[in-house]
Amino acid sequence: MGTTIFDIGEENRTGLRLPALDVPEKSLTELIPAELIRKEDPKLPQVSQVEVVRHYTKLSRMNYGVDSGIYPLGSCTMKYNPRINEDLARLPGFAHAHPLQGDELSQGALKLMYELGEYLCVIGGMDAITLQPAAGAHGELTGMLLIKKYFERTKELHKRTKILLPDSAHGTNPASAAMCGFEVIPIPSDSRGLVDLNALKAHLDESVAGIMLTNPNTLGLFETDILEITRLIHDVGGFVYYDGANLNAIVGRARPGDMGVDIVHYNLHKTFSTPHGGGGPGAGPVAVVKKLEPYLPVPRIVKNGNKYSLDYERPHSIGKIHSFYGNFGVLVRAYAYIRMMGDEGLKAVSTNAVLNANYLRARLSKVYKAPYDRLCMHEFVLTTKGMSEEIRTLDVAKRLIDYGVHPSSIYFPLIVPEVMMIEPTETVSKEELDYFADALIKVAQEMKENPQILKEAPHAVPIYGASVRRLDEVRAAKEPILRG
Amino acid sequence: MPYPKEYRYTKEHEWVKLENGKARIGITDHAQHQLGDIVYVELPKIGTKVKQMQEFATVESVKAVSPIYAPLSGEVVDVNRELETKPELINQSPHERGWIAIIAPSDLKELDHLLTAEQYEQHIGA
Amino acid sequence: MAVFEFIPNTPEDQRKMLAEIGLSDLEQLFADIPAEVLKKFKPMGLAPMSELEVSRLVGQMAAENAHTQRYVSFLGGGIYDHYIPAIIGHLISRGEFLTCYTPYQAELSQGTLTWMFEFQTMVCELTAMEVANSSMYDGGSALAEAMLMAKNVTGRRRFLVSKSLNPHYRQCLETYAWGAGLELRDVPFTETGQLDRAALQPDEISELAGLIVQTPNFFGVIEDLSGLKDLIKDAFLIVSVNPISLGILAPPGLFGADIVVGEGQPLGIPQSFGGPLLGIFATRMSYVRKMPGRMAGRTVDADGRVGYVMALQTREQHIRREKATSNICTNQALMALCATIYMATLGRRGLRKLAELNLQKAHHLAEKIAALPGFALRFSGPFFNEFVLRTRKKPSRLLKALRDEGFLGGLDLAPYELLDGNNLLVAVTEKRTRDEMDRFVKILKGA
Repeated sequence: MGTTIFDIGEENRTGLRLPALDVPEKSLTELIPAELIRKEDPKLPQVSQVEVVRHYTKLSRMNYGVDSGIYPLGSCTMKYNPRINEDLARLPGFAHAHPLQGDELSQGALKLMYELGEYLCVIGGMDAITLQPAAGAHGELTGMLLIKKYFERTKELHKRTKILLPDSAHGTNPASAAMCGFEVIPIPSDSRGLVDLNALKAHLDESVAGIMLTNPNTLGLFETDILEITRLIHDVGGFVYYDGANLNAIVGRARPGDMGVDIVHYNLHKTFSTPHGGGGPGAGPVAVVKKLEPYLPVPRIVKNGNKYSLDYERPHSIGKIHSFYGNFGVLVRAYAYIRMMGDEGLKAVSTNAVLNANYLRARLSKVYKAPYDRLCMHEFVLTTKGMSEEIRTLDVAKRLIDYGVHPSSIYFPLIVPEVMMIEPTETVSKEELDYFADALIKVAQEMKENPQILKEAPHAVPIYGASVRRLDEVRAAKEPILRG
Repeated sequence: MPYPKEYRYTKEHEWVKLENGKARIGITDHAQHQLGDIVYVELPKIGTKVKQMQEFATVESVKAVSPIYAPLSGEVVDVNRELETKPELINQSPHERGWIAIIAPSDLKELDHLLTAEQYEQHIGA
Repeated sequence: MAVFEFIPNTPEDQRKMLAEIGLSDLEQLFADIPAEVLKKFKPMGLAPMSELEVSRLVGQMAAENAHTQRYVSFLGGGIYDHYIPAIIGHLISRGEFLTCYTPYQAELSQGTLTWMFEFQTMVCELTAMEVANSSMYDGGSALAEAMLMAKNVTGRRRFLVSKSLNPHYRQCLETYAWGAGLELRDVPFTETGQLDRAALQPDEISELAGLIVQTPNFFGVIEDLSGLKDLIKDAFLIVSVNPISLGILAPPGLFGADIVVGEGQPLGIPQSFGGPLLGIFATRMSYVRKMPGRMAGRTVDADGRVGYVMALQTREQHIRREKATSNICTNQALMALCATIYMATLGRRGLRKLAELNLQKAHHLAEKIAALPGFALRFSGPFFNEFVLRTRKKPSRLLKALRDEGFLGGLDLAPYELLDGNNLLVAVTEKRTRDEMDRFVKILKGA
């Protein structure tokens, strides 16, 4: 427990033999000035290959992934990651291609990227796209830069200083806006859990550069006023940015472009099944309406006849936000997924994602409090407030671990105190949904009958995956130990 | 924990104690209870000039960051360096040893805008 | 209606669930979406495909690309053809690594948090810095975020940027700088290929937020960092590195670097047409609260067992919102795991040996080519595994001749407009054999 690779091994063990040098060897100091040569080797481990494999195998067994069971993190869309995608991304023509090998030698890669871009534009109802951003937040930054560039060209930048942000917006939105020098204006939700239109109207003037929103929002509720919201923003000359984190609720049946939004980012590692990898890599392509197209990052992928090429001749582009073209390996996986599902499949995705969430909500709101007692979309929120004097949502989450399931998101969004945000996705079976609901209901019972067992959770029951008891986060924050 | 009658309070849960014309500042027992275990305090720089209700420090727990607002306008003349190694003092003794900074106030009339202990207790629904 | 292998619900399941919810029809679930919006919907016009059919389709696309199993590659410029040990692919494909997310529930993520802690430690060791995060998107955006961090700490907005910095990174810097209102000024290079220190003006330094240098730089030349930090005083010294080169080169931490970033692709990550890559980021402990990205920290559990959690989350976007140190959330975790396993596998001696192989082979090839008429080494400065050749013939012609013989010969530097004349950037890694190098030279001779 707590063992790192540094605790293993011995002097002179190695995990890989290298071939011998096959050219005449020169002395190091002949090639590099002595003061630039490293005097002490970095203290990396010295382990045999067997020890490497056993150590990382042990580590993997201390993790819970989508492959382990339901993983209902809200707005993360932890759906099954099809293994065919992994095989396809590893094909040598993709995995071992160099980004600078030239257009002629990369037609397959460029074609894939071009077609993926086209499909994503149709899925979102948008006109043009960049695949360069490496994550959703990276896409948000791109969106903010596009808006900034537009107003620079219309000479309005000095007055367009504000980005409106509903408090039901997704996590990274405020930081992304701030990184571009915009002032963030929070807009409260009303009692319906939706954007408060009166509060919104109070801020509408020409100092507004735009609004960033998620639809459905992070309470899992569809913003029914969306058409009016986009109209109001456009009336003052602002842009509407749509955070695609929750696209799984409407994919294949409704499109943000048709709701009047101007910029959309997609999370390929959410809606489009690419794996989360412990925190990445993801991809956050950004699609726009025609009037923002000139500002998209370079290079653009263009098609002439049946030849594809990288086009850098975009004088008004914001430039680059990634050293090459984005997370190409992730794009391959998303492309394969879209081709496998087709229109029919994507529609079935949203149908079942929303069905599964509502089923859980129906079962659980008998025991927990659902602050919004109505149909949800692909996710919903519950709260434990008022259920117990001594037990908090954190304790419920930790006890759930003892039942062998991953807890939902907790304490986000901040609008609802002691909140749980639950998104099952469409790749969960009804039996697993019932198991999850049964476990949560049992925990609610334990809250009354045996609260101590929640407070001490998790109990590190070996079969179920938690390898440690509750970890001391206060200590980690007060005395940070960030390296071995 | 009772709220000292000679202190004044802000709606944002700061307290002020006047000592020889200077204002000692901290956060209330209610605030530290809400935040949980405090792990880090970002102290202001000595010499910083502040306006009333301007953010001038932050207090962090594991999962939350709380801005601290200057209850009075003036200049920061001293900070509680003990908090750099013992941020938990704010939890243990929020009204005394867990003080955060001392301000030389520029306009004592601003005290009229602040709450008395009774008003503060009402504000937090004690 | 197709039955999808990724969607378990049968019509019977759906019927039971609708009953529990109190609805009779699936479409009722979408009653909140305005009819106007539903009406405008357009499909892609794509029918579903089976796994077999998609394999065939996508396989054909892959087959149209050149790759390093078909061509012998001397192409670098920031992405390199290094050997990837076999175990890496197998270990990172384990479902518990591949399919988990950010370790928000630490007790269920000790695998991820432990390797993150290992990665952070290895990066610190490699760079001789005090603290590192668990990844950024790539070398270019990592450098841009270093620039933003320097501005946040110093409060100043001017940056001096070495002209020999990788131009793709330079473009990222320009975009981020424009977004944040920062000023970039060039520092030229000398005929050695290294930073021209004489060009660093004292009046520029007084208002400086940071000096940005890359070593080895875009031309493959190794920069001498000694004395640079003293020159720029309390401005940030920001250094972008090639991690493999640090097996043999003195690390930037020893020269007073404030932030070290770099591209980690050489550490066991496939070239993958430019992504996913691995951004490395390390800094001084005194700046840890200003550093972007995630970090694992060591702690204990309720029984006193050593374990790991996400540390210092209060810097991050989900807590500090618009005052966050950065907006980064999803990073390049799985690629950082590749790098961790790579560095564990090669180990202390292995990384040095690998760097030496790169160094010796590159110098061998450089010498052989420079001996040919019509070819010369462009720069006199020391280099690691990449060098620039000044050529009499146009690089495009040379590259075509090489391509016809199955070689990706290098990078034509003309489009970058950094140098006059004909220049070819050639990279040599441990994968290149003497025989391949001999043939390379022969083709150049006859081109």
